Amino acid sequence: MRGVVKKFPNTYASNGVDFTLESGKIHSLLGENGAGKTTLMRILSGSYAPDAGEIRITGKRVVFHSPRDALDHGIGMIHQHFQLVENFTVTENISLGMPTDVHLDMGALEKQVREFSDRYGLSIDSRAHIRDLSVGQQQRVEILRMLFRRVNILIMDEPTAVLSPQEITRLFATMRRIRDEGRSIVFITHKLEEVVEISDTITILRRGKVVRTVHPDHLSGWGRGAGTELARMMVGREVIFEIQREPVKTETVLLEVENLSVKGDLGEPAVSNLSFSIRKGEVFSVLCFAGNGQRALVEALMGLRPVETGRILFKGRPISESYKKIAYVPEDRTGRGSIADMSILENFILTRTNRFKKGPLLQWRRARDTARKLAAAHKIAASGLDMKAGQLSGGNLQKLILAREFSRKSSFLIAEQPTRGLDIGATEEIWQSLLKQRIGGAVMLVSGDIREVLSLSDTILVLFRGGIMDILSTDDENCRDKIGPLMAGVKSSR
Amino acid sequence: MRFALRKRIRPLYWRRYLIPPAAILSALCFGAILFLWVGVNPVRAYIEMLKGSFGSLYNFSEVLVRATPLILCGLSVALAGKMQIWNIGAEGQLVMGGAAGAGVALFLSSRIPAPLVIPAMLFSGFLGGAAWGLIPGVLRARFRVNEIITSLMLNYVAIFWLEHLYFGPWRDPAGRGFPGTAIFTDAAWFPRFFNTRIHLGLPIGLLAALVIWYLLAYTEWGYQVRVTGANPKAARYAQIPIVRKILWIMILSGGLAGLAGICETAGIYYRLQQGLAAGNGYTGIVVAWLGRLHSGSILMISILLGGLMVGGDQLQISMQVPSSIGLALQGAILFSVLGGQVLQEYELEIRKKH
Repeated sequence: MRGVVKKFPNTYASNGVDFTLESGKIHSLLGENGAGKTTLMRILSGSYAPDAGEIRITGKRVVFHSPRDALDHGIGMIHQHFQLVENFTVTENISLGMPTDVHLDMGALEKQVREFSDRYGLSIDSRAHIRDLSVGQQQRVEILRMLFRRVNILIMDEPTAVLSPQEITRLFATMRRIRDEGRSIVFITHKLEEVVEISDTITILRRGKVVRTVHPDHLSGWGRGAGTELARMMVGREVIFEIQREPVKTETVLLEVENLSVKGDLGEPAVSNLSFSIRKGEVFSVLCFAGNGQRALVEALMGLRPVETGRILFKGRPISESYKKIAYVPEDRTGRGSIADMSILENFILTRTNRFKKGPLLQWRRARDTARKLAAAHKIAASGLDMKAGQLSGGNLQKLILAREFSRKSSFLIAEQPTRGLDIGATEEIWQSLLKQRIGGAVMLVSGDIREVLSLSDTILVLFRGGIMDILSTDDENCRDKIGPLMAGVKSSR
Repeated sequence: MRFALRKRIRPLYWRRYLIPPAAILSALCFGAILFLWVGVNPVRAYIEMLKGSFGSLYNFSEVLVRATPLILCGLSVALAGKMQIWNIGAEGQLVMGGAAGAGVALFLSSRIPAPLVIPAMLFSGFLGGAAWGLIPGVLRARFRVNEIITSLMLNYVAIFWLEHLYFGPWRDPAGRGFPGTAIFTDAAWFPRFFNTRIHLGLPIGLLAALVIWYLLAYTEWGYQVRVTGANPKAARYAQIPIVRKILWIMILSGGLAGLAGICETAGIYYRLQQGLAAGNGYTGIVVAWLGRLHSGSILMISILLGGLMVGGDQLQISMQVPSSIGLALQGAILFSVLGGQVLQEYELEIRKKH
């Protein structure tokens, strides 16, 4: 791939990326969330058309109009969300989209599926229904399906995110077997130790650009050392914005979490035994890469996910008494933070109906006045308040949600990835607003963006696989150097 | 050649107002084919239908009589639909409302003051439907049981219960085998207006449409209902009590259908009898969707469908055409209007196979 550019509203997901994949290699694509890994691979697998740049396979230029085109050229991608029909059997799923005659010989196909499954050590029952399979097994069905389509380039988007350690070992064995047949695999991840273990080549992306392509042998030392080096490249040494922030932190505890354990969507432990406290007047950051339990933690705080064990106190009382008083900027802007089919005005009052009602009636006129002022103050580009929220661009939608939550003047604000996808100007304004929010209250910032976290926080909690790696104060001189490795699960040896 | 639907990038602007008339026109063309098939001049048939339903004030009053239960059932289905709850059980709720209201008329009307009889019947009718609607509501809210299945199944239970009542314990002893209860006492007859069969049900339906529109547009409760329907995840995020909302919606939805039941019973038949379960609850689903869940549109659509029914009857009388042609037309209109709604958001693309 040469000079690949893909622009999304407000941001370049790929900004002139060169990417070379050799045959018979496992090539890892490493980077933070939003670094452009998935976008790049969606271009390679025909889901997106690039705005510029070209793809060549063994020297020949190709243009894909659909994933099917890419499959015909031997390129297949396994997405994070599997594309299987739940009510079909393994064999039926594999038969979907296969070029065949009108007559489908299920018996013969089933036999073939069994053979393939044995050959790659996948141990999949060809007659099982997808709905009865575990996530790991479903993933193996996806692999099997790609093998059936005789792909030469297999792209796997964060395949290990949903697997247990044993399943990961098993996946790696399968990946090696596929590689040893001379096929190539692109492995998208942000888990460093896995990268070091499995890769033949590593490409690190940051903000839509290639930082470096390295071979693991060339990294300084194996294991922990290599991980640390990769973490630095991944995160970079970005200039921290010099933001004026007078310390207003006090000793009064606002939120206290004790031995909190919460389960994830699949019943797996998402966070276990977390204890920390947030004080009045501080910006408290939870820093981690995606998928380390931060979502479950926030949902538990907001009462959107049951607490397994432990307790959460807000101002010394159970937090359940205060759910309605906590301002919350969710990471999922379209799914949770807004209603696409309702107007901007209606979205403005989503969490604020208490302020705009008189008895059972809503005071639309007053709400409209306030919303108009807020929209102007936050420079939300919209043709009017009656426009549907779904028609807003991602950045403007986020500004709408932020404006709404900031305006609640709540004593506690949780902000998940508040500036992702926003341009520098908007980002800085939001940072200023976040700093203002902590006065007289506290802000819990959940982010994977080290620059943002370092610029704003008083305290940083680094979360890794649902556990606390460390809680650091930004007054600590060495804070900056410590957090990169911590995020990657490497404990710094003092 | 291949057809594909592609999401419209640019909205249709004013052209989208052309879609519903075009849809109805195409349905009428389909009807014309049907008329030609049964050997009738379609133009004459349509004129006859139009005269039958809108040709005179009396005919139009009959259209309104037919539209009355459709309005209430349409509102019932639409209100639940606003929360993405598919209440297919308006028919059963209508029956239960009718039975509960009739119970008051039969057994209580002599014991309470006459002016209170009709309010008591309305209240009881509402409660009967609400209770019947609450069953799928509770199952859905507490145990996540699919309300489409439960509400549909409860229709059959309700209809058998109705038959049991008028064939069994509530049967008119002097009725000589007529499947129905005794005629209600005078105090339980809903008033009729203007020397037509238009009865109390019509103003109740109009009032209900107004109230629902107001509730949804101007109250916090209604706003929360709309939020929950449009994005349940956002509703949880905004700490809206979803379970309680579902229960209330099903109480109101069932209650509206129940009102339709008691209004038919006490406004048309003056007794509980066979024919109460005439499919108005199911047609309510059609009304709600053609009206896109909007109160005002539901009124219009109810009158339109009422007109088709009355027109169909007229056709049978004057041209000896089966009146079920009115139903076929209704189906064709539903089909083409819903098809047209797809075109509002998608455009049809004809591709040559490469």
